[in-house]
Parts: sequence; structure tokens; C-alpha cells
Amino acid sequence: MGKVKCECGHVNPHGTILCESCGRALTEEAKKENLVDMRYEGSARRSQTYNKTIIDKVWNFFSSVKVGIWVIVLILVAASFGTILPQEFYIPGNIPPETYYEDVYGTFGKIYYMIGFHDLYNSVWFIALIAALGVSLVIASLDRVVPLYRALKTQRVDRHESFMKKQRLFAEQQAVLQESDLQKVREELKKKRYKIREVNGALFAEKNRFTRWGPYVNHAGLIIFLFGAMLRSVQGMYVDELLWIREGETLQIPGAGGDYYIKNDGFTLENYEEGEDPEVFNEAIDRVGTVAKNYQTDAVLYRNSNNDLPGAEPELKKVLEDDIQVNQPMKFNSFAVYQTSFREDEMKAMHFALTNKTTGEEVGDVVIDLFDQQKSYDLGNGYKVELKGYYPDFDGFTKEGEPISKSPLPNKPAFLFNMISPEKPEGEVSFVEIQNTMEPLGETIYKMKFKNLETRDVSALTIRKDLTLPILVIGGIIFMIGVIQGSYWNHRRIWIREKGGYIYTAGHTNKNWHGLKREIDSVLDGTAIPEPKDRQKD
Amino acid sequence: MSDLAGVSSTLLYAAFIFYLVGTFLFGGSIRQKGLRDDERLNRWGIFAITATIIGFIAQLGYFFTRWAAAGHAPVSNLFEFITFFGMMVVGAFILIFFIYKTAILGLFALPIAVIIIAYASMFPREISPLIPALQSDWLHIHVTTAAAGQGILAISFIAGIIYLVKNIDQSVSTKKTKWLEVIMFTILSVVGFIIVTTSFGLANYSASFEYVNKEEASAVQEFTLPALVGPNEGVLVTEGKMEPFVDMPAFINANKLNTVLWSLATGTLLYLLIRLLFKKRVAALMQPLVRNVSSDLLDEISYRSVLIGFPVFTLGALIFAMIWAQIAWTRFWGWDPKEVWALITFLFYAAFLHLRLSKGWHGERSAWLSVVGFGIIMFNTVAVNLVIAGLHSYA
Ligand code: HEM
Repeated sequence: MGKVKCECGHVNPHGTILCESCGRALTEEAKKENLVDMRYEGSARRSQTYNKTIIDKVWNFFSSVKVGIWVIVLILVAASFGTILPQEFYIPGNIPPETYYEDVYGTFGKIYYMIGFHDLYNSVWFIALIAALGVSLVIASLDRVVPLYRALKTQRVDRHESFMKKQRLFAEQQAVLQESDLQKVREELKKKRYKIREVNGALFAEKNRFTRWGPYVNHAGLIIFLFGAMLRSVQGMYVDELLWIREGETLQIPGAGGDYYIKNDGFTLENYEEGEDPEVFNEAIDRVGTVAKNYQTDAVLYRNSNNDLPGAEPELKKVLEDDIQVNQPMKFNSFAVYQTSFREDEMKAMHFALTNKTTGEEVGDVVIDLFDQQKSYDLGNGYKVELKGYYPDFDGFTKEGEPISKSPLPNKPAFLFNMISPEKPEGEVSFVEIQNTMEPLGETIYKMKFKNLETRDVSALTIRKDLTLPILVIGGIIFMIGVIQGSYWNHRRIWIREKGGYIYTAGHTNKNWHGLKREIDSVLDGTAIPEPKDRQKD
Repeated sequence: MSDLAGVSSTLLYAAFIFYLVGTFLFGGSIRQKGLRDDERLNRWGIFAITATIIGFIAQLGYFFTRWAAAGHAPVSNLFEFITFFGMMVVGAFILIFFIYKTAILGLFALPIAVIIIAYASMFPREISPLIPALQSDWLHIHVTTAAAGQGILAISFIAGIIYLVKNIDQSVSTKKTKWLEVIMFTILSVVGFIIVTTSFGLANYSASFEYVNKEEASAVQEFTLPALVGPNEGVLVTEGKMEPFVDMPAFINANKLNTVLWSLATGTLLYLLIRLLFKKRVAALMQPLVRNVSSDLLDEISYRSVLIGFPVFTLGALIFAMIWAQIAWTRFWGWDPKEVWALITFLFYAAFLHLRLSKGWHGERSAWLSVVGFGIIMFNTVAVNLVIAGLHSYA
């Protein structure tokens, strides 16, 4: 493509609006304008130059800030819709979403569910919007950063007066530049950390050019972050498992390929207590009732050194012991194990005494482990209790009179016993559930008297591995550097030049014109150099 | 220990008084002529900013004594958090004030801070122990940074509202004047909330209702304002108290809705009273106060506050939040409503900054945007906590 040669001799890329070097307007429109558009220094941006092929059109579409803003606003609005009702992953797990939304929120809930807003953030269109944001970020940044870099690098000290005249901050005055004034200006500018260059009696002061790269740095950070978030779906990068583990149990850690086992050595729930904890909390404890202080699982981590041998029994070697608390996960390798939830006092074992109903004499104790029952319990001297049936979550009888169990969890255990005694060597049948005993086959001499219950807590641990985190961290840091770089400094430039008996001063900043204006005024204070006026004031 | 808590409340009270005094002094300072762009502060202005700074120091005193008394940073319940947010608004105002030296900003920023702190005081004020999820240094790192960012962004709103009060033509009734009145009415409703809550609080009003909750279980709700609306299948159990006009369905928290209704009603009353008394729109009433300040300067202050506040907000409300969420909740992001609204705030201000890049989005339009931004922040601070219950909702 043809290059554009400026009167000053500099050769500009095709599409340049203001000469990169001297600043003369190169296009007819730019020549007519009162104030030059300085946003990208009038440099040649691809999106402003080509518009023929499909690629050009896509490029131009995504490089437009207007489109970018639309994408941002659409994401924002969409995201807000997802907060109107709870998302699917926050509703109670035991109710199917198809009915939950309608049951709780009526017709509105039903519609919400039907249009898919119950899982909005995983919907294809929402993800497509995020993708559009990413594409837009990349293209818009590339479209601008390269030409901007070129233009700022090639800019000349002695800008053409037509360039200066079209700056927002500008003044001209018939006068001659005095060396004493210039000296004073140089000193003031240095104090304010400007970099000064002088050529042919023209002075150019510039500071904080680096801040112009801020947006590009932060966009790069965002892209890295989005890329990292995308990697989440790659196999092996991400593990999210929930493990319910009872006190005393040792279980394999899911998601770790069988390498690791974890033991629950005890779960503790502590509440704040008046008297024990600082007095200042009493009022709050009084008002709210109980306030939890600590959830903790004392855990032991084991490594299975036999994991590589197929079919071998696990051989567990202790790796570490840790108290897992909320905010203090146990960490090993790239895994973290979190305290997520708990269930207190799950039934573990029941103690009964085989008792003679008339004399009240207890023949012997039977302990039934609800997770590991025996077929029969021998009490000696001809006494024996057989467990004919065990219904961990007893839920009534079928029509045929068979007891049913709702689930394998010991929530409401019931037993069918056969009690063998010297008096009744064939045994007597008794059906025992909590606080209720039945004798379905006739009155018995003996009964299974309930003595007590052993319970234990169950702890829910989340097993998490997320190898995308380092990428997200890097993206986040780069983003922060970029926003700070772009926000907390301004790129300021001041031009002073004498030509044809006139002194021209002009100033430019990428933002905060008041600040620049004040700075220039204080630099020029007490000199004969004219203070520039802001020509865009209302 | 509890002595310290007492000292702490006194300091907060003192800060509150100083902010009020500061407001009046700023009022005096703008009455004098001048104060365009870069003129110097007058005596009133100096007194005003001094009172503000003393108030701010007193509030810092409140903050740290309460920290010492509780053993954790006082940002753990709604009262503490909103109070802290009020303090950050004042802090951000002081910061911006020293960049631009505009007294008029104080005349608007301080009353807003006063209202915020008074609003906060309507929530239970006792020092609460930390539940396990909050027991982390990230509590104060995350919350203070996020609130600081919000405070700075709030200054953008304050400059924006002054811009609108100054520049919107009050000689005719237009959509713009109406929206501006809506903003004024909203602020008055918050004042209304403070008034009704305080009044019925002083009268010890309390009425209990038995009702059927969302899980279809029987529960009890206590109303501290007379119930205009009652809970689902509610039965008044306290004798001699007002019966509600209608019952709400189970998924609506009738107590909170009732409070909102009372606030709106009182706000309406206040608003009508002002309109009747002065025969002018509220914004028109304020217009003479802001005549002297340069619109350009207000625009720059509004934009600058976003530039300063946006990185702080991002760091506190998103980055620190994600770090903590990773530690406390096992994942850095979970689309919890509060998280989503922090993201929305972030996106909104990102859009704001990009719009500033294009012509035509300076001045008035930008001022409207800063109002919307603040609306989003307040929605997230107040409404999401109270209305949309998520992991974040405080007791
Ligand atoms: C959430 C996503 C985004 C964030 C957080 C973000 C952030 C920023 C920030 C902080 C600035 C600096 C603004 C200023 O200093 O006034 C900026 C500038 C910019 N952004 Fe974005 N941006 C995002 C998305 C986009 C998108 C999608 C586009 C695509 C059109 C885009 C295009 C630009 C452009 C062209 C600039 C100006 C660059 C310059 O002045 O040289 N941004 N962005």
C-alpha cells in the first residue's frame, strides 16, 4: 500500500491522519478541523484504513470501542438477571429444579426456569458474550497499540505550527523567546520531572508516556485471566469433589487417582459461649442465640505406596496430620482439602440388653454396629440373639407386612430379632424400632431393652485442585499493574516554539486537563511566554 | 474491654457531630463569592475541612478502639460495614478535596456520609463474634479495600449530582428534572427510614407474628414497625398491635418489605412537605448553592474519582475477594449474588471509562452515569444483603 510522505519529509504509513513526525494534517478532513483529534495521535489504525474483505469487516467491528462497550453492558445486564432468583447450584439438593422454581416462586419461577436463567452463567449465549469480550479486547488493543507506539516514538520536537494551533490548550503571542525565560521554564519543568528536548529553538517537554500503555497492559492481563478461566475445562486441570467422611473412617481421596487416603480423627463444632468468650460478644450471643466459632476435622493424610501395583491392597503411609478448619484448608501437592459441611450425631451403634420381661433380669448386652452387623450375638448359657432383619431407615411395612427401609443410611434403624433362650430354644420374634417394640408372632418372655446409642459426626470435605490458579494470578497482577499504570498518571506534553515573530505554546494530556493547565501556568508564571487557554471549556 | 467499646461508640458519635458541623461550615464557605476553578479557599472553607478531618480522625478512633475491643476489624456486620463505608466516603472526599480544593463538594459529600452512618446505626450495633467463614485476615483486607474503592467512586456520584443540580434547566419540567427529583426523593426516603426506625425504636414498638415460611414450617417474625404488610399466613401474637392490611407470599420477607414501605411513605411525606413549603423542586431549591462552581471542574472531579477509585475497587472487591473465596469457600468465584453485583459494578465503571473515550459522553451524560454507578454500589451494599440472601448476607 502507498505510504504518505509529509511536507516535512517523513514517510508515514498508509492511513495516517497527522504526520507522525511534525504533526501536519495529512487528510482533507483533518485539515479542516479546528481541534485535532489526538486520541491515537492521528496514527494509521488498521480499522480506520481498510474496509474491503470480510476480515477487515470483522476486525473493524471488534476494534470499535462502541462494540466493546455494548458487549460489556450486555454481560452486565445478563449477569444481573442471574441474581433475581437463586441459581440452580444454590437451591436445596434434594428438590429437582424442574419443580423447585415453580413451587417456591410460582409462575415467575417457572418461566425463569424455562428460559434457562436458573443456570445462566453456564449458558452458551453467556459464554459467547464473554468470548466476544475477549476477541474485542485483543483486536481493539492490537489495532491501537502498534500505531500509537510508532507515532509517539517518531514525534518531533519542533511540531508544525498548524499542529500546535489545533491543540486544545493553546496560546500565541507576538514576541521573541528570551533565553532567560527559557532557562526558567527548563528548571521548572525539570522540577516537575518532564523530559525536555530542544531543537531549532523549539522546546518539547513530555512526561509519563508509559501511562499510555496502561490500557494495553490491563487488557493483556484480562485476556490472560480469561484464557486461564477457559483452561478449567481441560482434563486434569481441575478437581472439585465432595467427600463425606465419618469420625474414625479412612477413605480414598477422590480425584487424586487413588494415591491418597484421608482419615477423620474427629470432628468438632464449637459455639461461642457467654462467660468463656470475650464479654463484648454477650449481647450478640443473647440476641442471635448460638453463634458458631469453629468447625474442624482432625485429619490424617496417607499415601498409598501400593497404588502402582494393580490389585494390591493399599499400603498406607502417613504423610501429614492437620486440623482442617474453615479458612484453613489442608494442603498437599496441588490439592487442598476444605472443611465444607458436617452432620452431627449420626447413629453409629445401638446397645440393647436381653431382658426377662417379668423378672427384669438382664441376661447380657448386645451392641449392634449399624454399619457392621453380625448375624447373631451369642450371650452364653444358651442365650443368643439372632438379627433376622435390619432396616436402617425404617419407613413402615409393605402390604404383605414386609418392613421397608427408605435408604441405607441409619437415620431410623429398626431390627427384627430372634431371641433364643433356654426357655425358648427356637427363639421368640421381636420387631424393635426406636421407642417401639412389636411382637408380631405372639407375646414373648424376653425383650430387647434399649440401653443407649453411640453417635458420631460426619464431616464433609471438599477436595480441590485448580492448576489454572497460577495463570489467573499472573493475569490478575498484570491487569492491576495496567490499570494503575493507566489511571494514576497522565501523559502530558508541552510544546513551546517561536516562529515568524510569534511564540506558540500548546499542551496535551490524555486526561485531566485542569491538572495540566495548572501545571503549565505555574511553569510559565513570571515569564513572557503566553499561558495556553483551554479552548474546549463550557 | 467493654470500656473500650464505650469509648468507641462515643468517638463515632463525635465523628457524626463533626461531620454535621463540617456540613454547615461548608455551607458557609460557598455562600461567599468566588471559588471558581483555582481560587483559594476562604476562612470558612478552612474551618470546614478542619472539622471534617477531626471528624475523620474521631471515626478512625472509633474504628481502631472497636477493633481492639472485638479482637477483629469492625467490618463484620451490616452496621460496621456501612459505617466504615461512610468513613471511606469522608476519607475519599478529603483526598479529592486536597487535589481540587472545591468546597461545594463538601456540602454534598458530608451530608451523604452523615446519612450513611445514621442509616448504619439502625442495624444491630452490638459487637458480634466472627463465624468461622469470617475468621481470616482477608476479612479486613478485602472489606476495607472494597469499601475504600466504593467510597472514592461515591465522590464521582457527588460531583455528578452537583453537576446535574447546576446544569439541568429548572425553568421547565422535563424528564431530566423528574429523574433528578427521583434521586432527591430516594435520599429523602433513606432519611425517612432513619426517622421511622428511630421513632418506633424509642417507643419500643414490637409485634410478633407466627407465620408459615418458605420451607412450609411454622416460624416467628418480629416487627419493630407497625405491620402494613404481614408475613405469609401470619397471626399477630402480641396483643394490641396493628393488624396488617395484607399478607405476603412466603418467599417475600414481609418484615423487610414493611420497612421499605414505611421508609417510602415517610420519604414521600418529607418530599411533599418541602415542595409545599418552598413551592419549588428540591433540585431547584439547591441550584443557587452550586452556581459558582465550574461545570468543567465538576466533570473532571467526577471522572478523576472513577479513575482513582476503579483500581482500588477492583483490587478490593474482586481480586482480594477471589483470593479469600478460594481460601474460605474453596473456589475463587461461585456466582454468588454479592460476587455478581461486585462484577456488575466493575463492568459498569469499565463501561463508564470507555464511554469517556468517545465524544459526547462528558459533562451531563457522564454525570448521569456516575449517579447510576452509585446506585449500583448502594444496591450491592444494602439491597443485595437485605433482599437477595446469599453466602454474604449478614445476620
Ligand atoms: C471488562 C473488560 C474491560 C476492562 C476492565 C477494561 C479496562 C480498561 C481501562 C481501565 C482502560 C483505561 C481507561 C482510561 O484510562 O480512561 C481501558 C481503555 C481502553 N479499552 Fe478497555 N477494558 C475492557 C474491555 C475492553 C473492550 C472489550 C474493548 C474493545 C473495544 C476495550 C477497548 C479499550 C480501548 C480502545 C481503550 C483506550 C486505549 C487508549 O486510550 O489508548 N476495552 N480499558
